[in-house]
Amino acid sequence: MSGEELVSALLEATGETAQMVVWSTLLTVLFGLPLGVLLVTTERGGLTSAPPVKAVLGAVVNVGRSLPFIVLMVAILPFTRLVTGTTIGTVAAVVPLTLGAVPFFARLVETALRGVDRGVVEAAQAIGAGRTRIVARVLLPESVPGLVAGLTVTIVALIGYSAMAGAIGGGGLGDLAVRYGYQRFDTAVMIITVVVLIVIVQVIQSLGDLVARRLSHR
Amino acid sequence: MIKLTDLRKVYENGVVAIDGVDLGVAEGEIFGVLGQSGAGKSTLLRCVNLLERPTSGTVQVDGQELSGLGRADLRRARQRIGMIHQHFALLSSRTVAGNVAFPLEAAGVPRAERAARVAELLELVGLADKAGVHPAQLSGGQKQRVGIARALAGRPSVLLSDEATSALDPATTQSILALLKRLNRELGLTILLITHEMHVVKSICDSVAIMSEGRIEEAGRISDLIATPGARLTREIFPLPEPAPAGTVTVTFAGQADEPVMSALVRKFDVDVNILGGSLEELQGAPVGRLRIRLDGKGAADALAYVRERGLLVEVAA
Ligand SMILES: Nc1ncnc2c1ncn2[C@@H]1O[C@H](COP(=O)(O)OP(=O)(O)OP(=O)(O)O)[C@@H](O)[C@H]1O
Ligand SMILES: [Mg+2]
Repeated sequence: MSGEELVSALLEATGETAQMVVWSTLLTVLFGLPLGVLLVTTERGGLTSAPPVKAVLGAVVNVGRSLPFIVLMVAILPFTRLVTGTTIGTVAAVVPLTLGAVPFFARLVETALRGVDRGVVEAAQAIGAGRTRIVARVLLPESVPGLVAGLTVTIVALIGYSAMAGAIGGGGLGDLAVRYGYQRFDTAVMIITVVVLIVIVQVIQSLGDLVARRLSHR
Repeated sequence: MIKLTDLRKVYENGVVAIDGVDLGVAEGEIFGVLGQSGAGKSTLLRCVNLLERPTSGTVQVDGQELSGLGRADLRRARQRIGMIHQHFALLSSRTVAGNVAFPLEAAGVPRAERAARVAELLELVGLADKAGVHPAQLSGGQKQRVGIARALAGRPSVLLSDEATSALDPATTQSILALLKRLNRELGLTILLITHEMHVVKSICDSVAIMSEGRIEEAGRISDLIATPGARLTREIFPLPEPAPAGTVTVTFAGQADEPVMSALVRKFDVDVNILGGSLEELQGAPVGRLRIRLDGKGAADALAYVRERGLLVEVAA
């Protein structure tokens, strides 16, 4: 591959990866954040104590977490087709990516929310704040640094998953590396692709750390 | 102002934290609940604003029965009951002003009014210059002042305090206690505080209840308890060897500390006064003392009668 071809291939692949990761991240937050909140509030003695609900949610999340991503991806192909009308391409890849990341992110949200001092929640209750207000104005704001850290880890994981999703037709950097490096023995392309991935992950992790630190007032 | 009737609290694990408590706190007084760790003090306090649901019994605050209220009414009632906490329980994500504004938001106070009220409250607790600072940058005493400002935001008639000074050093403790006393006097605020430090009771409380194993062992106005023979409070404030050795007399005096009673005994009744032990304490600024003596001489009985006449509490050990 010529230098010029390589650059344009890299740009295109990076764009595809970005597309997959951005969309699946947005959807993961959309579903995973409320799920994580519920995992905390539905436990016995929680804000909306409902142990049976907690048991079901916990089980669902655990199943989702224990499924290897590659298996999940294949297993939900019919669902992916139902939602997007296709099983290949970046848009189709967003479905398994989101499904794989939601339980992961939800657990991280749960952990972050558990870091909020019980006494602070109690103080809010003593003040006469309602449950919605306590979630929106106490639990979530108080755990913002933890949530940002969790989101960073999730995005990095999604970049990894997206490489896998790409390999079965989603495109992106992972796909590029596999196609050239593995199937055509073009080691240079593979190495460059890997370097690009490493740089992206580094940048995102550092950015996430920085934001988390900036938002922490502890 | 606060009335607890036959209150019981049994936790799910079977622990009987409160075992039949009746307690009345009068309007405008500072009421201290003393007791050792595990006595059930926190549970008792948390039952007052129903953070903890009593297993049985009733809770009345400011004439309103709380135990029967629905969720929304209970929230409204809680807005009128302030609470401060041992570890301050401030929102670390908000500034000092933001913390004080929180209860006002919960009560639906409009933004403009909120700002004015927050400024007023910070002024009241002496933190006007810290409005924009985050709690992490404050000292323990300052944090508790923020806690107090937040608790007062809803103009409560009652303030509950769970070991509010236990995490503070002695000097800071004193300044927080002085602030509570001032609020009590200036705003007519009724304060129910729990503590395991006798010192807190001595400095600011009008009344006290001594709690042990979920029960109230003794309760009343401190001045009344001091005048009651055998009161546990007196023994705890003025520790003397117990039981008193046979033949000794224990004299408790409040306010009469400047009268030369002992020297009068020697002069008038020709007795020998042998002082075995004693101590003098300030209770809310007034001197109160307890003295253990042995009286020898023919006039001993008359001497005791004389001491009693002067209004001192006399306990003779058989
Ligand atoms: N949530 C709970 N579940 C079960 N038992 C509890 C709970 N909270 C307190 N207890 C138990 O109830 C008893 C009274 O506890 P409480 O916290 O009211 O005591 P306390 O007088 O405030 O003690 P301390 O001075 O240590 O704060 C203790 O035996 C404690 O272990
Ligand atoms: Mg306690």
